[in-house]
Amino acid sequence: MSKNIDIHVHHVTRVEGHGDVLLNVKDGRVEHVALNIVEAPRFFEGMLRGRAHYEVREIVSRICGICACGHALASVRASEAALGIEPSEQVVDLRKIVLAGENLSSHFLHIFFLVAPDLFGVKSVLPLATTHRDIVVRALKLKKLGNDVSDVIVGRHVHPITLDIKGFTVLPSVSALADVQKQIIEMIPEVVDTVDLIASVAGGIPDFTRETEYISLGPVSGSTEYPFYDGVIKSSEGITYYPAEYRKVTNEFIIPDSTAKHCKHLRDSYMVGALARFNNNSDLLHPEAKKAAEKLGMIAPVHNPYMITLAQLIETIHIMHDTVEIIDKIIRRGIKDEDYTYQPRAGTGSGAVEVPRGILFHHYTYDSKGRIEYADCVIPTTQNLENIDQDFRKLAPTILDKSEEEISLLLQMLVRAYDPCISCSTHQLNVRFK
Amino acid sequence: MSKPRIAFFDFASCEGCQLEAINFVEEFLVLLGHVDIVQFREAITEAEWDIDVSFVEGSITREQDIPRLEEIRENSKVVIALGACACTGGVNAIKNTRPLEDVRADVYGDKKDWFPTFPTRPIDQVIKVDGYIYGCPIDRNDFLKNVQLILQGKMTLRHNDPVCVECRLKENECLLTLGKPCMGPITRGGCGAIDPTFGHPCTGCRGLVDDPNENAAMDVLAENGLTVEDIKSYMTIFNAFRPEDIQ
Repeated sequence: MSKNIDIHVHHVTRVEGHGDVLLNVKDGRVEHVALNIVEAPRFFEGMLRGRAHYEVREIVSRICGICACGHALASVRASEAALGIEPSEQVVDLRKIVLAGENLSSHFLHIFFLVAPDLFGVKSVLPLATTHRDIVVRALKLKKLGNDVSDVIVGRHVHPITLDIKGFTVLPSVSALADVQKQIIEMIPEVVDTVDLIASVAGGIPDFTRETEYISLGPVSGSTEYPFYDGVIKSSEGITYYPAEYRKVTNEFIIPDSTAKHCKHLRDSYMVGALARFNNNSDLLHPEAKKAAEKLGMIAPVHNPYMITLAQLIETIHIMHDTVEIIDKIIRRGIKDEDYTYQPRAGTGSGAVEVPRGILFHHYTYDSKGRIEYADCVIPTTQNLENIDQDFRKLAPTILDKSEEEISLLLQMLVRAYDPCISCSTHQLNVRFK
Repeated sequence: MSKPRIAFFDFASCEGCQLEAINFVEEFLVLLGHVDIVQFREAITEAEWDIDVSFVEGSITREQDIPRLEEIRENSKVVIALGACACTGGVNAIKNTRPLEDVRADVYGDKKDWFPTFPTRPIDQVIKVDGYIYGCPIDRNDFLKNVQLILQGKMTLRHNDPVCVECRLKENECLLTLGKPCMGPITRGGCGAIDPTFGHPCTGCRGLVDDPNENAAMDVLAENGLTVEDIKSYMTIFNAFRPEDIQ
């Protein structure tokens, strides 16, 4: 077949940030296919230099409007590691709820607003507001639930207010937590219905597989918790690292002819995010989430990146049940006033947390006055970029018999499946191809 | 009468303000009944021009963004700056406080020349802006109030009363008296004093009121144990932009 194709999708829609999809085919041969990041650079690490310890969290949560709490949490964890501070059990439990709320909110946004229109064959959620109003209302309610879960502790999900190094500026009341717990319990059936709904349209998910390396947090030794907040760095290749060793995993590198930083570990590329977490830790999911996985036909390891959305849906069920249990524990124990003051000192530390799109690393060095000497943030989307390009290279040659419109849609759906957070990618920007 | 055609655009930002705009359920559905959303890349694929009201999030940080912003201006009857990055430069303007070459080298090392950038500026330094919705992020209630005004062809709220006014009305304990650095006395209100209400000092995200008494505010912060270096740093988290930086 001799076919020439020249696709340039300018600013892929229904993703966070600005990216272009490029495909050039000459005489039936793929010459070039890539996701091209065109977001304006923001230079966060450069902005942090010289900033005081109490300003850092404030600034970095502004890296991303979707994972604002995740950035704040990776930040305070890195600062605490650097400043020699150990947060209390109460603080850790409350932070887990904050992260849970954010992961819920982002996953629901992605599932309903960004991916579902493709499965229903429409351009956006707007036509669904007429044809499937009940689904849109459910989507808005579930997304709001995620925000409410975070809000009860940090005041506002975008951007968190009370969340500080060592603790919080104010603590939530037991009654506010009980109230949000009740909301979660009430909404669980809606998510179970959503599993059935998505299972019914899952036939529309493209059939494509490429085995890759999966990297996520893994459980700390002896823990049975599906790790979001606490854990070691785990590779599906059977290796684990401490968070402080994150650079052994990320290995950021620069590609000739492009200005993007990409990441790779043991294979050509690796994946982070819901599917990586599911593949690495599915045995630790809540039993109800395991049931959902069964309904959706998801058995780890799953090598189809379009299934990331299903892994997110499974995670929402896990997170809701898990959060109900954490709140139970806090209610039993009661909320205690604690001393959250600390003294700055010189030091270096790293923090790793699982945010919606995957494992996020912050790493800081402070001087003796508690001012930033060096800062580094490695964002999930940066880590996924090389994996997306590798998927493109395997996928594109197999779909050339389709129309340009269909090819373009399949490539865009693949980008959307990864739920890229391009504004977040403070490193790699302006990927430019000749 | 046809419904007003509104659009959302973003430049250097976290896109959190657009998210805040859809983060309420009932009001969002009501709003959808009154307007047609014709561009909103983060949420929808449809894209049309001939816009009545454009909400623009983000600040301008590089040459190539200027033509796109001008195109938005040419195709919109009304342009509203949405959020701190668009209104005042927001946190993006922190990079203006250090030599640009150093900032670029911190992030991109010896490849810094691959990343063209210029000093951060709010959008009204590039195009004419008809209204402002302040904050990092915007306040949902303030957004709704302003949208009502805009759809009636009125001016957006200037919010020249500082954050302290609403803070007092909420009967919060003053954080300055507790020894915390708070920008409330010189920062535009309209946020319901949300930070101090949650025990966190105001960081000035909504920009400074017209004719702020910055010296007096610095004296107050100094009384609370901050050094001049600390104060200057704190005051530039959201208010680093100075027009002379882009001359």
